[in-house]
Amino acid sequence: MYYVELKNVEKSFDDLEVLKGISVSVAEGEVVSIIGPSGSGKSTLLRIATLLETMDKGELYYMGEAAATMGPDNRTVYEKPVKIKELKKDFGLVFQNFNLFPHKSVLNNIIEAPVHVQKRDKKEVIAEARELLKKMGLEDKEDYYPSQLSGGQQQRVAIARALALNPKVLYFDEPTSALDPELTGEVLKVIKALAEQKMTMVIVTHEMEFARNISDRVIFMDKGVIACEGTPEEVFNSDNTRMQEFLGKLQR
Amino acid sequence: MAFDVMLRQLAEGMLGSVLIFALTLIFSLPLGLLVALGRMSKNKILSGFIGLLISVLRGTPLMLQLLVVYFFPYYLFGWSISGWRFPAIIVGFSINYAAYFAEIYRSGIEAVPKGQWEAAQILGYSKSQTFMRIILPQVIKIILPAITNEIITLVKDTSLAFSLSYMEMFTIAKQIAASNTTFTPFVVSAVFYYVFNLLVAFVMRHFEKKLSYY
Repeated sequence: MYYVELKNVEKSFDDLEVLKGISVSVAEGEVVSIIGPSGSGKSTLLRIATLLETMDKGELYYMGEAAATMGPDNRTVYEKPVKIKELKKDFGLVFQNFNLFPHKSVLNNIIEAPVHVQKRDKKEVIAEARELLKKMGLEDKEDYYPSQLSGGQQQRVAIARALALNPKVLYFDEPTSALDPELTGEVLKVIKALAEQKMTMVIVTHEMEFARNISDRVIFMDKGVIACEGTPEEVFNSDNTRMQEFLGKLQR
Repeated sequence: MAFDVMLRQLAEGMLGSVLIFALTLIFSLPLGLLVALGRMSKNKILSGFIGLLISVLRGTPLMLQLLVVYFFPYYLFGWSISGWRFPAIIVGFSINYAAYFAEIYRSGIEAVPKGQWEAAQILGYSKSQTFMRIILPQVIKIILPAITNEIITLVKDTSLAFSLSYMEMFTIAKQIAASNTTFTPFVVSAVFYYVFNLLVAFVMRHFEKKLSYY
């Protein structure tokens, strides 16, 4: 059983076809990186997988349970809100711009949702949150507000916040694109540690070396289709011309 | 007229002014939020209607609106309007200020980045939970200076209740000034409004400081 399964996803914004039939399946413990030029549809795919955006055609499953299936009129039909709400527990998302809650302290950012959405015991959640902060190297920052932290620290808090809900799959949408190279390193280290613990992850990134090092599988997207897919070695050494062009531009 | 007698009469009026001020705030602040949500509704008919309403309320004089609220039960339905004077003032003020507050709320809600909604959605919050726990606290901080402006205007606008001959302070001041040919009640009024607003500014500044923790 796949943890997450996207089948033949199509999406247009007005007349612009952003996704032209994309299928991605991610198995337990797998780390999948999605790379590709801007406008290739990577972020849209992630937004559809996380239900921030709806697809026009295609299907979406979490843990084998349908979130969206093809209807009789050849359009995607989403499940009822109750079911969707249940399936949302299966994944978390780390944003490019962190999107921490500025009016809440680091600790409260992390425990808000487990306490107020999942209605879990506050004491227990706080203990877990402190454990997560320690893993992120932020044990001394729990009373800080996001604005008092560096970008790298904020992103690590955002990762802790996502992990506090114990998701089965964790998505990253260009997690280091808003960070300078120095801060990028500390965030990538945390993601790498998660990969080593066999956390199932889907990472949209422009960090090629990173994608190459930690991924089980790399997907290269271009103009709304998967142009190239396979192990990091297969993809980075592929003779796909678009892939070569893309890497060439990066190395120049 | 002796100064202390004048002062006592004016003080009674002050009570009326403060009452209008307080009741208007109590009703218009929550009402304004509801109006703002209606204005931002995805339902085109609702948001269009509310938009028109706000436009009329902001585009016509408050004094005129007070007269309309006071007299419409009589002219439209032939009802007696005795005892309606004070409620009419509060209704008129509250509706008018709700319109202004609504636009301030809207500006604040729109100033909160979309990413805050999305982050909450991913974390499993419902729409109303997101609004109450994540969005509104940020909105209040953003709009506080604009709200302070409106509240200061409201203090001075309470004098418009004279148009319905309600005995608030300015109405009394004008009567005393006319019957005694003296300028003193106006000076007292000026001092009253000014001190009242100093107090408002002080209290609001305190709230702003309380919210400046992030």
